[in-house]
Amino acid sequence: MNVKDRIIEIIAEQAVLEVSDVSMSNTLEDLGIDSLGLVESIFAIEEAFDIQVPFNANDPSESEFDISSVASIVSAVEALVKAQS
Amino acid sequence: MRVVITGAGTINSLGKSVAQTMEAMREGRCGIGDLEFRDVERLSTRIGGQVKEYNAEDHFNRQQISLYDRFTQFTLLAADEAIKQSGLTFAGELAAKSGVVLGTAGGGVSTWDDNYRSVYEDGKNRVHPFVVPKLMNNAAASHVSMAYNLKGPSFTVSTACASSNHAMSQAFQMVRTGMSPVMITGGSESMLCFGGVKAWEGLRVMSRDACRPFSANRNGMVQGEGAGLYVFEEYEHARARSAEILAEVIGFAMTSDASDIVMPSKQGAARAIKGALNDAGLNGPEVGYVNAHGTGTSANDRTECAAVADAFGAHADKLMLSSTKSMHGHLIGATGAVELLACIMALRDGIIAPTIGYEEPDPDCALDVVPNEAREAKVDVAISNAFAFGGLNAVLALKKI
Repeated sequence: MNVKDRIIEIIAEQAVLEVSDVSMSNTLEDLGIDSLGLVESIFAIEEAFDIQVPFNANDPSESEFDISSVASIVSAVEALVKAQS
Repeated sequence: MRVVITGAGTINSLGKSVAQTMEAMREGRCGIGDLEFRDVERLSTRIGGQVKEYNAEDHFNRQQISLYDRFTQFTLLAADEAIKQSGLTFAGELAAKSGVVLGTAGGGVSTWDDNYRSVYEDGKNRVHPFVVPKLMNNAAASHVSMAYNLKGPSFTVSTACASSNHAMSQAFQMVRTGMSPVMITGGSESMLCFGGVKAWEGLRVMSRDACRPFSANRNGMVQGEGAGLYVFEEYEHARARSAEILAEVIGFAMTSDASDIVMPSKQGAARAIKGALNDAGLNGPEVGYVNAHGTGTSANDRTECAAVADAFGAHADKLMLSSTKSMHGHLIGATGAVELLACIMALRDGIIAPTIGYEEPDPDCALDVVPNEAREAKVDVAISNAFAFGGLNAVLALKKI
Protein backbone atom coordinates (compact mmCIF):
# COMPACT_ATOMS: atom_id res chain seq x y z
CA MET A 1 0.00 0.00 0.00
CA ASN A 2 1.40 3.41 -0.93
CA VAL A 3 1.66 6.38 1.43
CA LYS A 4 -1.44 8.07 0.07
CA ASP A 5 -3.72 5.07 0.45
CA ARG A 6 -2.43 4.26 3.92
CA ILE A 7 -2.97 7.86 5.10
CA ILE A 8 -6.46 7.97 3.66
CA GLU A 9 -7.17 4.74 5.49
CA ILE A 10 -5.92 6.20 8.80
CA ILE A 11 -7.90 9.41 8.35
CA ALA A 12 -11.05 7.54 7.33
CA GLU A 13 -10.80 5.34 10.40
CA GLN A 14 -10.40 8.38 12.62
CA ALA A 15 -13.35 10.14 10.99
CA VAL A 16 -15.44 6.95 11.07
CA LEU A 17 -15.97 7.23 7.30
CA GLU A 18 -15.51 4.91 4.35
CA VAL A 19 -12.19 5.29 2.55
CA SER A 20 -14.14 6.31 -0.56
CA ASP A 21 -15.62 9.27 1.34
CA VAL A 22 -12.23 10.87 1.94
CA SER A 23 -10.90 13.02 -0.90
CA MET A 24 -7.51 14.64 -1.25
CA SER A 25 -8.99 18.11 -1.13
CA ASN A 26 -10.79 17.60 2.18
CA THR A 27 -9.61 19.44 5.25
CA LEU A 28 -9.64 17.60 8.57
CA GLU A 29 -12.40 19.93 9.67
CA ASP A 30 -14.48 18.86 6.64
CA LEU A 31 -14.12 15.30 7.86
CA GLY A 32 -15.13 16.14 11.43
CA ILE A 33 -11.73 15.41 12.97
CA ASP A 34 -11.19 17.52 16.10
CA SER A 35 -7.95 18.37 17.88
CA LEU A 36 -7.79 15.08 19.80
CA GLY A 37 -8.60 13.22 16.58
CA LEU A 38 -5.75 15.06 14.91
CA VAL A 39 -3.13 14.05 17.48
CA GLU A 40 -4.44 10.51 17.35
CA SER A 41 -4.13 10.52 13.54
CA ILE A 42 -0.57 11.79 13.76
CA PHE A 43 0.24 9.07 16.26
CA ALA A 44 -1.20 6.47 13.88
CA ILE A 45 0.82 7.93 10.99
CA GLU A 46 4.02 7.79 13.06
CA GLU A 47 3.30 4.18 13.95
CA ALA A 48 2.41 3.19 10.39
CA PHE A 49 5.49 4.71 8.73
CA ASP A 50 7.92 4.59 11.63
CA ILE A 51 8.64 8.29 11.34
CA GLN A 52 8.71 11.30 13.66
CA VAL A 53 6.16 13.93 12.66
CA PRO A 54 7.21 17.46 13.64
CA PHE A 55 3.86 18.70 14.86
CA ASN A 56 3.03 20.91 17.82
CA ALA A 57 -0.63 21.05 18.74
CA ASN A 58 -0.14 24.42 20.43
CA ASP A 59 0.24 26.11 17.10
CA PRO A 60 -0.44 23.84 14.14
CA SER A 61 -0.04 26.62 11.58
CA GLU A 62 3.57 27.21 12.74
CA SER A 63 4.49 23.53 12.52
CA GLU A 64 6.63 22.31 9.67
CA PHE A 65 4.03 19.64 9.11
CA ASP A 66 1.24 20.99 6.88
CA ILE A 67 -2.15 19.65 7.91
CA SER A 68 -4.28 22.01 5.84
CA SER A 69 -5.71 19.18 3.70
CA VAL A 70 -5.47 15.45 3.14
CA ALA A 71 -3.25 16.17 0.12
CA SER A 72 -0.86 18.33 2.17
CA ILE A 73 -0.60 15.62 4.83
CA VAL A 74 0.17 13.00 2.20
CA SER A 75 2.93 15.06 0.63
CA ALA A 76 4.38 15.98 4.03
CA VAL A 77 4.47 12.32 5.05
CA GLU A 78 6.00 11.30 1.72
CA ALA A 79 8.77 13.82 2.31
CA LEU A 80 9.32 12.57 5.87
CA VAL A 81 9.42 8.94 4.80
CA LYS A 82 12.01 9.83 2.17
CA ALA A 83 14.07 11.97 4.55
CA GLN A 84 14.00 9.53 7.45
CA SER A 85 14.57 6.32 5.48
CA MET B 1 -30.74 20.07 54.85
CA ARG B 2 -31.29 16.34 54.92
CA VAL B 3 -29.46 14.15 52.42
CA VAL B 4 -30.72 10.89 50.99
CA ILE B 5 -29.40 8.27 48.59
CA THR B 6 -31.64 7.85 45.56
CA GLY B 7 -29.45 5.74 43.33
CA ALA B 8 -26.70 3.14 43.65
CA GLY B 9 -24.54 1.34 41.13
CA THR B 10 -21.55 -0.94 41.25
CA ILE B 11 -19.28 -3.34 39.47
CA ASN B 12 -16.89 -5.46 41.50
CA SER B 13 -15.78 -9.06 41.81
CA LEU B 14 -19.07 -10.06 43.44
CA GLY B 15 -21.31 -8.73 40.71
CA LYS B 16 -21.91 -6.29 37.92
CA SER B 17 -24.86 -4.59 39.61
CA VAL B 18 -26.11 -3.70 43.09
CA ALA B 19 -28.58 -6.58 43.04
CA GLN B 20 -25.91 -9.15 42.16
CA THR B 21 -23.50 -7.74 44.72
CA MET B 22 -26.05 -7.74 47.53
CA GLU B 23 -27.11 -11.25 46.63
CA ALA B 24 -23.50 -12.40 46.90
CA MET B 25 -23.12 -10.60 50.23
CA ARG B 26 -26.29 -12.26 51.54
CA GLU B 27 -24.99 -15.64 50.47
CA GLY B 28 -21.51 -15.00 51.84
CA ARG B 29 -20.01 -15.73 48.44
CA CYS B 30 -16.34 -15.07 47.82
CA GLY B 31 -15.33 -13.06 44.74
CA ILE B 32 -11.63 -13.59 45.35
CA GLY B 33 -9.86 -15.95 42.97
CA ASP B 34 -6.83 -16.42 40.75
CA LEU B 35 -5.65 -13.23 39.11
CA GLU B 36 -5.60 -13.26 35.33
CA PHE B 37 -3.31 -10.82 33.56
CA ARG B 38 0.04 -10.63 31.83
CA ASP B 39 3.09 -11.71 33.89
CA VAL B 40 1.02 -12.84 36.87
CA GLU B 41 3.44 -15.76 37.21
CA ARG B 42 6.15 -13.27 38.26
CA LEU B 43 4.11 -12.27 41.31
CA SER B 44 4.11 -13.98 44.66
CA THR B 45 0.57 -12.66 45.27
CA ARG B 46 -1.65 -14.30 42.68
CA ILE B 47 -5.14 -13.87 44.10
CA GLY B 48 -7.48 -10.92 44.06
CA GLY B 49 -11.06 -9.77 43.78
CA GLN B 50 -10.86 -9.27 40.03
CA VAL B 51 -13.81 -8.37 37.82
CA LYS B 52 -14.03 -11.43 35.56
CA GLU B 53 -15.95 -12.07 32.34
CA TYR B 54 -15.65 -8.41 31.48
CA ASN B 55 -15.07 -7.08 27.98
CA ALA B 56 -14.77 -3.34 27.55
CA GLU B 57 -15.94 -3.77 23.93
CA ASP B 58 -19.34 -4.93 25.17
CA HIS B 59 -19.95 -1.52 26.73
CA PHE B 60 -17.85 1.07 24.93
CA ASN B 61 -16.80 1.88 21.38
CA ARG B 62 -13.20 1.96 20.17
CA GLN B 63 -12.86 5.72 20.56
CA GLN B 64 -14.19 5.59 24.12
CA ILE B 65 -11.87 2.74 25.04
CA SER B 66 -8.91 4.77 23.79
CA LEU B 67 -9.84 7.39 26.42
CA TYR B 68 -11.24 5.26 29.25
CA ASP B 69 -8.88 3.43 31.57
CA ARG B 70 -10.42 0.43 33.28
CA PHE B 71 -11.13 2.54 36.40
CA THR B 72 -13.07 5.02 34.25
CA GLN B 73 -14.97 2.21 32.55
CA PHE B 74 -15.99 0.81 35.94
CA THR B 75 -17.05 4.29 37.05
CA LEU B 76 -19.22 4.89 34.01
CA LEU B 77 -20.95 1.51 34.30
CA ALA B 78 -21.71 2.07 37.99
CA ALA B 79 -22.81 5.66 37.35
CA ASP B 80 -25.21 4.48 34.67
CA GLU B 81 -26.86 2.07 37.10
CA ALA B 82 -27.05 4.65 39.91
CA ILE B 83 -28.34 7.55 37.84
CA LYS B 84 -30.86 5.36 36.01
CA GLN B 85 -32.19 4.18 39.35
CA SER B 86 -32.51 7.76 40.61
CA GLY B 87 -34.55 8.66 37.54
CA LEU B 88 -32.81 12.04 37.36
CA THR B 89 -31.88 13.89 34.21
CA PHE B 90 -29.73 16.98 34.48
CA ALA B 91 -30.73 20.19 32.74
CA GLY B 92 -30.92 23.90 33.54
CA GLU B 93 -30.43 24.93 37.16
CA LEU B 94 -30.16 21.32 38.40
CA ALA B 95 -27.35 20.62 35.92
CA ALA B 96 -25.59 23.89 36.78
CA LYS B 97 -25.46 23.07 40.49
CA SER B 98 -24.97 19.30 40.51
CA GLY B 99 -21.54 17.72 40.31
CA VAL B 100 -19.37 14.67 40.84
CA VAL B 101 -16.97 13.91 43.69
CA LEU B 102 -15.17 10.62 43.34
CA GLY B 103 -12.40 8.82 45.17
CA THR B 104 -9.53 6.87 43.67
CA ALA B 105 -6.11 6.06 45.04
CA GLY B 106 -4.31 5.19 41.84
CA GLY B 107 -6.40 6.42 38.92
CA GLY B 108 -5.37 4.87 35.63
CA VAL B 109 -2.84 2.41 37.02
CA SER B 110 -3.04 -0.03 34.14
CA THR B 111 -2.54 2.82 31.67
CA TRP B 112 0.68 3.78 33.47
CA ASP B 113 1.64 0.10 33.56
CA ASP B 114 0.99 -0.61 29.88
CA ASN B 115 2.81 2.47 28.69
CA TYR B 116 5.83 2.13 30.98
CA ARG B 117 6.09 -1.39 29.65
CA SER B 118 5.94 -0.11 26.12
CA VAL B 119 8.68 2.51 26.52
CA TYR B 120 10.95 0.70 29.01
CA GLU B 121 10.56 -2.97 28.19
CA ASP B 122 9.66 -2.83 24.52
CA GLY B 123 11.91 0.17 23.89
CA LYS B 124 9.28 2.13 22.01
CA ASN B 125 9.81 5.85 21.69
CA ARG B 126 6.26 7.05 21.46
CA VAL B 127 3.04 6.45 23.32
CA HIS B 128 -0.56 7.01 22.35
CA PRO B 129 -1.55 10.68 22.60
CA PHE B 130 -4.34 9.99 25.10
CA VAL B 131 -2.13 8.50 27.80
CA VAL B 132 -2.39 11.57 30.01
CA PRO B 133 -6.15 12.15 29.77
CA LYS B 134 -6.64 8.42 30.24
CA LEU B 135 -4.55 7.92 33.37
CA MET B 136 -5.29 11.14 35.26
CA ASN B 137 -7.04 10.58 38.58
CA ASN B 138 -9.89 12.91 37.70
CA ALA B 139 -10.63 11.25 34.35
CA ALA B 140 -13.49 9.20 35.77
CA ALA B 141 -15.18 12.16 37.47
CA SER B 142 -14.79 14.23 34.31
CA HIS B 143 -16.31 11.56 32.08
CA VAL B 144 -19.29 11.23 34.44
CA SER B 145 -19.78 15.00 34.32
CA MET B 146 -19.68 14.91 30.51
CA ALA B 147 -21.95 11.89 30.19
CA TYR B 148 -24.68 13.34 32.43
CA ASN B 149 -24.31 17.10 31.90
CA LEU B 150 -23.21 17.77 35.48
CA LYS B 151 -21.86 21.31 35.48
CA GLY B 152 -21.43 22.10 39.17
CA PRO B 153 -18.51 21.26 41.46
CA SER B 154 -16.65 18.15 40.31
CA PHE B 155 -13.34 16.79 41.51
CA THR B 156 -11.50 13.71 42.69
CA VAL B 157 -10.05 13.06 46.10
CA SER B 158 -7.22 10.68 46.72
CA THR B 159 -6.67 9.49 50.26
CA ALA B 160 -5.55 5.91 49.61
CA CYS B 161 -7.96 3.43 51.19
CA ALA B 162 -10.26 6.17 52.50
CA SER B 163 -10.67 7.95 49.15
CA SER B 164 -14.30 6.98 48.62
CA ASN B 165 -15.33 7.81 52.15
CA HIS B 166 -13.65 11.19 51.91
CA ALA B 167 -15.37 11.75 48.55
CA MET B 168 -18.80 10.76 49.83
CA SER B 169 -18.28 12.91 52.93
CA GLN B 170 -17.58 15.88 50.68
CA ALA B 171 -20.60 15.19 48.51
CA PHE B 172 -22.76 14.81 51.62
CA GLN B 173 -21.54 18.13 52.97
CA MET B 174 -22.18 19.86 49.65
CA VAL B 175 -25.78 18.69 49.54
CA ARG B 176 -26.35 19.24 53.24
CA THR B 177 -25.23 22.86 53.09
CA GLY B 178 -27.44 23.58 50.09
CA MET B 179 -24.53 24.11 47.74
CA SER B 180 -25.76 21.37 45.38
CA PRO B 181 -29.19 19.70 45.20
CA VAL B 182 -27.65 16.48 43.84
CA MET B 183 -24.12 15.09 43.89
CA ILE B 184 -22.87 11.94 42.19
CA THR B 185 -20.29 10.34 44.42
CA GLY B 186 -18.40 7.18 45.31
CA GLY B 187 -15.18 5.84 43.91
CA SER B 188 -13.37 3.53 41.57
CA GLU B 189 -10.14 1.57 41.53
CA SER B 190 -8.40 -0.80 39.17
CA MET B 191 -4.89 -1.70 40.26
CA LEU B 192 -5.00 -5.36 39.34
CA CYS B 193 -2.20 -5.39 36.80
CA PHE B 194 1.40 -6.52 37.15
CA GLY B 195 2.80 -3.21 38.42
CA GLY B 196 -0.22 -2.51 40.61
CA VAL B 197 0.06 -5.78 42.49
CA LYS B 198 3.87 -5.80 42.49
CA ALA B 199 3.89 -2.49 44.36
CA TRP B 200 1.61 -3.87 47.07
CA GLU B 201 3.66 -7.04 47.30
CA GLY B 202 6.60 -4.93 48.37
CA LEU B 203 4.85 -3.97 51.59
CA ARG B 204 4.59 -7.64 52.60
CA VAL B 205 1.07 -7.27 53.92
CA MET B 206 -0.63 -9.36 51.26
CA SER B 207 -2.22 -12.74 51.86
CA ARG B 208 -1.47 -15.49 49.37
CA ASP B 209 -4.61 -17.48 50.14
CA ALA B 210 -7.55 -15.51 51.56
CA CYS B 211 -8.71 -12.38 53.32
CA ARG B 212 -9.85 -13.39 56.82
CA PRO B 213 -10.64 -10.22 58.75
CA PHE B 214 -10.71 -10.52 62.56
CA SER B 215 -9.87 -14.24 62.43
CA ALA B 216 -6.85 -15.13 64.60
CA ASN B 217 -5.21 -16.87 61.64
CA ARG B 218 -5.59 -13.91 59.28
CA ASN B 219 -2.51 -13.33 57.18
CA GLY B 220 -3.03 -10.15 55.25
CA MET B 221 -5.08 -8.25 52.77
CA VAL B 222 -6.24 -9.17 49.28
CA GLN B 223 -6.68 -6.54 46.60
CA GLY B 224 -9.93 -6.05 44.74
CA GLU B 225 -11.12 -3.75 41.97
CA GLY B 226 -14.30 -2.07 40.86
CA ALA B 227 -16.48 0.94 41.50
CA GLY B 228 -19.39 2.07 43.63
CA LEU B 229 -21.41 5.14 42.65
CA TYR B 230 -24.29 6.89 44.40
CA VAL B 231 -26.75 9.67 43.87
CA PHE B 232 -26.83 11.89 46.98
CA GLU B 233 -29.89 14.11 46.83
CA GLU B 234 -31.44 16.74 49.04
CA TYR B 235 -34.36 15.10 50.85
CA GLU B 236 -37.12 17.53 49.83
CA HIS B 237 -35.89 17.48 46.24
CA ALA B 238 -36.18 13.69 46.25
CA ARG B 239 -39.58 13.74 47.94
CA ALA B 240 -40.98 16.31 45.57
CA ARG B 241 -40.42 13.91 42.69
CA SER B 242 -41.43 10.81 44.68
CA ALA B 243 -38.03 9.21 44.25
CA GLU B 244 -37.25 5.87 45.85
CA ILE B 245 -34.99 6.52 48.83
CA LEU B 246 -32.42 3.86 49.72
CA ALA B 247 -31.14 5.41 52.96
CA GLU B 248 -30.40 8.73 54.58
CA VAL B 249 -26.87 10.00 55.13
CA ILE B 250 -26.85 11.61 58.56
CA GLY B 251 -23.27 12.35 59.50
CA PHE B 252 -19.59 12.05 58.81
CA ALA B 253 -16.22 12.85 60.27
CA MET B 254 -12.67 12.96 59.02
CA THR B 255 -9.57 12.81 61.18
CA SER B 256 -5.83 12.49 60.70
CA ASP B 257 -3.62 10.35 62.91
CA ALA B 258 -0.67 12.66 62.36
CA SER B 259 1.60 9.84 63.46
CA ASP B 260 2.72 7.21 60.95
CA ILE B 261 2.57 6.75 57.18
CA VAL B 262 1.35 3.13 57.37
CA MET B 263 0.58 2.08 60.94
CA PRO B 264 -2.99 2.83 62.01
CA SER B 265 -3.81 4.63 65.22
CA LYS B 266 -6.57 3.69 67.63
CA GLN B 267 -7.01 7.31 68.66
CA GLY B 268 -7.35 8.59 65.08
CA ALA B 269 -9.88 5.90 64.19
CA ALA B 270 -11.87 6.34 67.41
CA ARG B 271 -11.98 10.11 66.95
CA ALA B 272 -13.37 9.61 63.43
CA ILE B 273 -16.08 7.23 64.67
CA LYS B 274 -17.04 9.50 67.57
CA GLY B 275 -16.95 12.49 65.27
CA ALA B 276 -19.39 10.87 62.86
CA LEU B 277 -21.73 9.99 65.73
CA ASN B 278 -21.57 13.55 67.05
CA ASP B 279 -22.17 14.99 63.62
CA ALA B 280 -25.24 12.78 63.24
CA GLY B 281 -26.50 13.68 66.71
CA LEU B 282 -26.12 10.13 67.99
CA ASN B 283 -24.92 8.81 71.32
CA GLY B 284 -23.80 5.38 70.07
CA PRO B 285 -26.47 2.86 71.12
CA GLU B 286 -28.54 3.77 68.04
CA VAL B 287 -25.89 2.12 65.83
CA GLY B 288 -26.71 -1.49 65.01
CA TYR B 289 -24.13 -2.20 62.32
CA VAL B 290 -20.59 -1.12 61.62
CA ASN B 291 -19.13 -1.85 58.22
CA ALA B 292 -15.55 -2.28 59.30
CA HIS B 293 -12.47 -1.24 57.39
CA GLY B 294 -11.41 -4.82 58.29
CA THR B 295 -8.52 -5.33 55.89
CA GLY B 296 -7.40 -8.68 57.30
CA THR B 297 -4.00 -7.34 58.32
CA SER B 298 -2.82 -7.92 61.82
CA ALA B 299 -2.44 -4.21 62.53
CA ASN B 300 -5.71 -2.88 61.13
CA ASP B 301 -8.10 -5.38 62.62
CA ARG B 302 -6.69 -5.19 66.13
CA THR B 303 -6.54 -1.39 66.07
CA GLU B 304 -10.00 -1.07 64.56
CA CYS B 305 -11.63 -3.29 67.19
CA ALA B 306 -9.94 -1.28 69.92
CA ALA B 307 -11.15 1.94 68.33
CA VAL B 308 -14.73 0.66 68.06
CA ALA B 309 -14.62 -0.43 71.71
CA ASP B 310 -13.26 2.97 72.66
CA ALA B 311 -15.85 4.92 70.67
CA PHE B 312 -18.90 2.89 71.68
CA GLY B 313 -17.98 1.78 75.19
CA ALA B 314 -20.24 -1.00 76.46
CA HIS B 315 -22.41 -0.81 73.33
CA ALA B 316 -19.48 -2.21 71.28
CA ASP B 317 -20.41 -5.68 72.57
CA LYS B 318 -23.96 -5.33 71.30
CA LEU B 319 -23.44 -4.05 67.78
CA MET B 320 -22.58 -6.12 64.72
CA LEU B 321 -19.38 -5.37 62.83
CA SER B 322 -18.39 -7.11 59.61
CA SER B 323 -15.82 -6.76 56.88
CA THR B 324 -17.08 -7.47 53.38
CA LYS B 325 -13.46 -7.25 52.15
CA SER B 326 -13.43 -10.97 52.92
CA MET B 327 -15.68 -11.34 49.85
CA HIS B 328 -14.75 -8.58 47.38
CA GLY B 329 -11.20 -7.86 48.51
CA HIS B 330 -9.81 -4.43 49.29
CA LEU B 331 -10.85 -2.06 46.55
CA ILE B 332 -8.40 0.56 47.89
CA GLY B 333 -9.78 3.94 46.77
CA ALA B 334 -13.16 2.43 45.87
CA THR B 335 -13.56 0.29 48.93
CA GLY B 336 -15.76 2.56 51.05
CA ALA B 337 -18.09 3.04 48.11
CA VAL B 338 -18.69 -0.67 47.51
CA GLU B 339 -18.89 -1.31 51.25
CA LEU B 340 -21.61 1.32 51.67
CA LEU B 341 -23.84 -1.22 49.90
CA ALA B 342 -23.55 -3.46 52.98
CA CYS B 343 -24.81 -0.55 55.10
CA ILE B 344 -27.73 0.07 52.75
CA MET B 345 -28.57 -3.64 52.76
CA ALA B 346 -28.52 -3.68 56.58
CA LEU B 347 -30.80 -0.65 56.85
CA ARG B 348 -33.18 -1.32 53.99
CA ASP B 349 -33.36 -5.12 53.87
CA GLY B 350 -32.43 -5.96 57.45
CA ILE B 351 -29.66 -8.28 56.29
CA ILE B 352 -26.18 -8.03 57.74
CA ALA B 353 -23.39 -9.04 55.37
CA PRO B 354 -21.04 -11.53 56.99
CA THR B 355 -17.29 -11.60 57.51
CA ILE B 356 -16.47 -14.77 55.59
CA GLY B 357 -13.31 -16.85 56.00
CA TYR B 358 -13.58 -16.51 59.75
CA GLU B 359 -11.92 -19.52 61.35
CA GLU B 360 -10.48 -18.72 64.78
CA PRO B 361 -11.53 -16.15 67.37
CA ASP B 362 -8.91 -13.53 68.17
CA PRO B 363 -9.03 -12.14 71.71
CA ASP B 364 -7.87 -8.80 70.29
CA CYS B 365 -10.94 -8.71 68.02
CA ALA B 366 -13.59 -9.86 70.46
CA LEU B 367 -16.60 -8.22 68.82
CA ASP B 368 -19.58 -9.73 66.99
CA VAL B 369 -18.04 -9.92 63.53
CA VAL B 370 -21.04 -11.75 61.97
CA PRO B 371 -18.85 -14.73 61.09
CA ASN B 372 -19.35 -16.58 57.81
CA GLU B 373 -23.12 -16.29 57.45
CA ALA B 374 -25.36 -13.31 56.82
CA ARG B 375 -27.82 -12.50 59.56
CA GLU B 376 -31.27 -10.98 59.65
CA ALA B 377 -31.52 -8.04 62.02
CA LYS B 378 -33.39 -4.79 62.26
CA VAL B 379 -30.93 -1.93 62.07
CA ASP B 380 -31.77 1.77 62.27
CA VAL B 381 -28.31 3.28 61.95
CA ALA B 382 -25.14 1.96 60.33
CA ILE B 383 -21.69 3.45 60.04
CA SER B 384 -18.95 2.77 57.51
CA ASN B 385 -15.28 3.00 58.50
CA ALA B 386 -12.30 3.75 56.29
CA PHE B 387 -8.82 4.20 57.68
CA ALA B 388 -6.15 4.92 55.11
CA PHE B 389 -2.41 4.68 54.81
CA GLY B 390 -1.13 8.07 55.74
CA GLY B 391 -3.37 8.05 58.79
CA LEU B 392 -6.33 9.66 57.06
CA ASN B 393 -9.69 8.46 58.36
CA ALA B 394 -13.26 9.03 57.23
CA VAL B 395 -16.43 7.57 58.73
CA LEU B 396 -19.97 7.98 57.42
CA ALA B 397 -23.24 7.41 59.27
CA LEU B 398 -26.40 6.24 57.49
CA LYS B 399 -29.96 5.91 58.74
CA LYS B 400 -32.89 3.83 57.66
CA ILE B 401 -35.71 5.77 56.04
